[in-house]
Parts: sequence; C-alpha cells; structure tokens
Amino acid sequence: MKLYLKLVAMHLKCQMQYKASFLMTCLGQFLTSFTAFLSILFLFNRFHAVEDYSFSEVLICFSVMLTAFSLAECFVRGFDVFPRLVRNGTLDRILVRPRSEIFQVLTSNIEFSRVGRLLQAFVILAYAVPTSGVAWTADRVFAVVLMLLGGVAVFSALFVLYAGFSFFTIEGLEFMNIFTDGSREFGMYPLSVYGEGVLKFYTFCIPIALFQYYPFLYLVGRSDDVRLIFLPLLGFVFLVPCYAFFRFGLRRYKSTGS
Amino acid sequence: MKKYLSFFRIRFAAGLQYRAAAWAGISTQFAWGGMTLLLYRAFYETDAAAFPMTFDALSSYIWLQQSLLALFMAWYFDDEIFESITSGGVAYELCRPCDLYAMWFVKNLAIRFSRAALRCAPILLVAAFLPAPYGMSLPANGAAGVLFIVSLLLGTLVLVAFSMLVYLSAFYTLSPMGVRILATSAAEFFSGGLIPIPFFPEPLQPLFYALPFASTQNTPFLIYTGYLGGREALGGIAVQLLWLAGLVLAGRLLIRRALKKVVVQGG
Repeated sequence: MKLYLKLVAMHLKCQMQYKASFLMTCLGQFLTSFTAFLSILFLFNRFHAVEDYSFSEVLICFSVMLTAFSLAECFVRGFDVFPRLVRNGTLDRILVRPRSEIFQVLTSNIEFSRVGRLLQAFVILAYAVPTSGVAWTADRVFAVVLMLLGGVAVFSALFVLYAGFSFFTIEGLEFMNIFTDGSREFGMYPLSVYGEGVLKFYTFCIPIALFQYYPFLYLVGRSDDVRLIFLPLLGFVFLVPCYAFFRFGLRRYKSTGS
Repeated sequence: MKKYLSFFRIRFAAGLQYRAAAWAGISTQFAWGGMTLLLYRAFYETDAAAFPMTFDALSSYIWLQQSLLALFMAWYFDDEIFESITSGGVAYELCRPCDLYAMWFVKNLAIRFSRAALRCAPILLVAAFLPAPYGMSLPANGAAGVLFIVSLLLGTLVLVAFSMLVYLSAFYTLSPMGVRILATSAAEFFSGGLIPIPFFPEPLQPLFYALPFASTQNTPFLIYTGYLGGREALGGIAVQLLWLAGLVLAGRLLIRRALKKVVVQGG
C-alpha cells in the first residue's frame, strides 16, 4: 500500500510537469461530458420527461454514472490500455518482476486528467440533489456512497474483462466498447426506459443496473425497500468472474517476443 | 492525379484487411443503434407531439449514422500524420514530388471509405428487416436518393477538410492532444452526432446550421429521410460546397504558412 501511494504520487508529479497539456486535457474531458449533459438538457427542453422521470432524477443517474466511470478510468486505466502492454511486450517485463501483475498493471498508468469529468459530475450532483425534491436523510447519503463504490467496482471489472480479451484478440476489442462506453452513455438515463429486456441484461449480464437503477429507485422515493441500498455491493461480485477470465488469459499468454 | 489515386488505392486496400475489427465494429454499432432507438422510443411514448420528425425517419437517420460511422467519426485521426509532424518525419514527406495537403487528404479519405465499405452493408441489411417503425426505410423518393449520395460524398469531404485543420495545428502547437480533443467534442456535438439537429431547441437551430459541422452528417441523413426536401435539400448541398471550399482554402493557407517557417531539427 505504501508503494502504491508512492507510485500514485509519482504519476501525479509526472503529469504535473506538463501543466498546459494537462489543463487542456482536463478541459477536453470536461467538454466531452458537458456535451452529453447538454444533449440531455435539450432533449428535456423538448419532452420535459422520459417515462415519468423528471430532469433532475435523470441528472442523478447521470452524475452517479459519470463519477463512477471517471474514478474507475482514473485508477484502473492500466487495464484500459492493457492491449498496448501486450502488443509492445511490456507485459513480459511485468511478468518477471517479483510483484503481483495486478499491482503492476494498476500502477503502470494513472490518469489524473479525469478530474475534469469528476468535477462536472460533482457539480451536477450538487445541482440535482436539491432540485429533485428528495428528503436527504442519512440512509440516502449512504445509498449514494454505495452506488458510487459499486459503480467503480463494476467498471473496474469491465476494464479487467477488456484486458482479458486482449490475450485472444487485439483487433476485435472494439466490441467491448458497447459495455464500457456504452454503459456510460446509456446509463445516463434510468435503465428501465429501455424496456424490460435491456433492464434484465444490465441486471444479470453486465450488472450496472445494480448500482444505477435499483438503489436509485429507493433514493428518489419510488420504492420503500431498504434492501435496495445494498445491491451495489453485489457489483463487487462481478469482479470475480472478470478476474478469473483475466487469469485464464494470462495463463495462455505467449509472448510475441518483441 | 494518378499518384493520388494510387495513394487512395493503397490505403483503401490496407483498410480492408482488418476484418476482425470490422465484425467487432459492426456488432458494436448495431447494439448502439438499437439502444439509441429504445431511448428515443421512451421519449416518443412520453410526448409524441414534441417529436420533430416521424419515428420512421428517425430510425433511418440512426441506422445510417451507425452504418456510416466510419465516414463521419470525428475522433478518428491518423496518428502517423501527427507523429510525422511532431517527430520531424515530415521532412521526408516534403521530399516527395507531391503535394502534402492533397496526399494527407486522400489518405484520410481512403481509410474512411474502406472502413465504411466493410461495415455499412451488414448493418443496413439487418436494419432493413427490422419491424416497421424501428427499421431502415427507403429514401423519401428517387430524387432524395440521388441527392443523398451527392451530399454524403460532400459531407465526408467537409469532415476530412476539417480534420486536416486539426492535423495542421500540430505544426503550431507540437502537442496536438488538447486541440484534438476540443475539436472532436465540438464536431460531435454540433454535427448532430449525439442528438440529431432537429431535436435541438428551435431558437438554437440556426446557429447549428451556420456552423460547418452540420454540413457533415446532418445534411445527407436529413435529405435521405425527406426532412430536407426539394429546394431545402439543394440549399443544404450548396452550403456544403461553400464550407468545403472554405475549409480547404483555410487548410491550404495554414500549410503554406507552416511550411514556410517549419524548422526540422536534425537527428
């Protein structure tokens, strides 16, 4: 853990060396998700509601999703760029070192410029919370914290899964985008708007509904079932099969020798 | 002219090699299109009267957008070009007996066309057989079909001309990442890549049409669906031509200025 913090500090110092570039990237990140926010704003300007969810309710989903995704992308970025390690042979160097591969991949890349997105997610959350007309009791705050934790876990698991696939194909990885970027984009709305089938898919296959939809129902007072608060914790269970798949790929791994 | 054609051919053939990537892309874009339509269905069921076009037209728009994504994806840039500028490799390119701007332009065009050629047919074919409001329908009429093809080509040229400006900015900044991400998000948003332009609030729409980005994917797709018909379609194509001329001119000026004072450090 001490070593981890040291490496985190190292990445931070590294990226601070190029301040202008860092700020530009932050700004770019901010704008990218800001256009997504504007899209929601303009659609609501026209339709006023979707199913019967109001604008601020959707914004809660949006900001939870954005926060979870940005945090995962910031700290688990090593797995996101993992295919590069496989392609250029850096993975071989990692394998011969006397530390766990997971630790080394995690610390190989930490992207602080995601702060731009994170900041925006917080601003939107701060706006959505008072306007949504929800009584903010301690259990609801607790629910938001669990939603974020569960979200980070699920997205991390998806990045690990993505890295696992890169042992088998480098060219065909684009299909994973529908799960990572796709979850982020479409998870900006409560998942039930897409219909029963999609909701089931996102509950049992790619469990983003566990932290985005069910606790959200409790949060905005559409359900009284307190148990829903704890569903995001199941997101951590999703890490198990993804990690197992990664291990499976790693065992089959043959270096390209370059 | 012949040498640019062969640049085009080489890049086109190279782009056709990535079959696995194409299948992955096809499934991703198909799923993406489906999810987008489900989202709009939810909006449609909430308030059908506020819908600016018929649902059929929207479905055609979304499927065209997904299947032709390779033509209009603003975030795609050829890293080789950035690298040749920042690393100084551009010096070799300058030794070639051909025009730098035209060469890069043609290469970009070829890569986009080859990717789109690989991917569009399966998506359109499946989308054509989807049940009524969600499937792909034929163009509004024969004339719309012809104008769509013309406008589609022009739109691709406009986008490539725009991305040329981003490449050329590397001559001035040396670290193109910032410009690149800003240009990409602006282009995506203003071209109707996130939500089609007719869905934006009416007072804002003139602003969108005044920008070059509407001339990329928005104009051809709206012509296809019949949203822009007759004189409006011709007007849209005229605007596309204007922007194409303007962006190419700007690119030409920028590259002339850059090359006049570019210093390639040895090594």
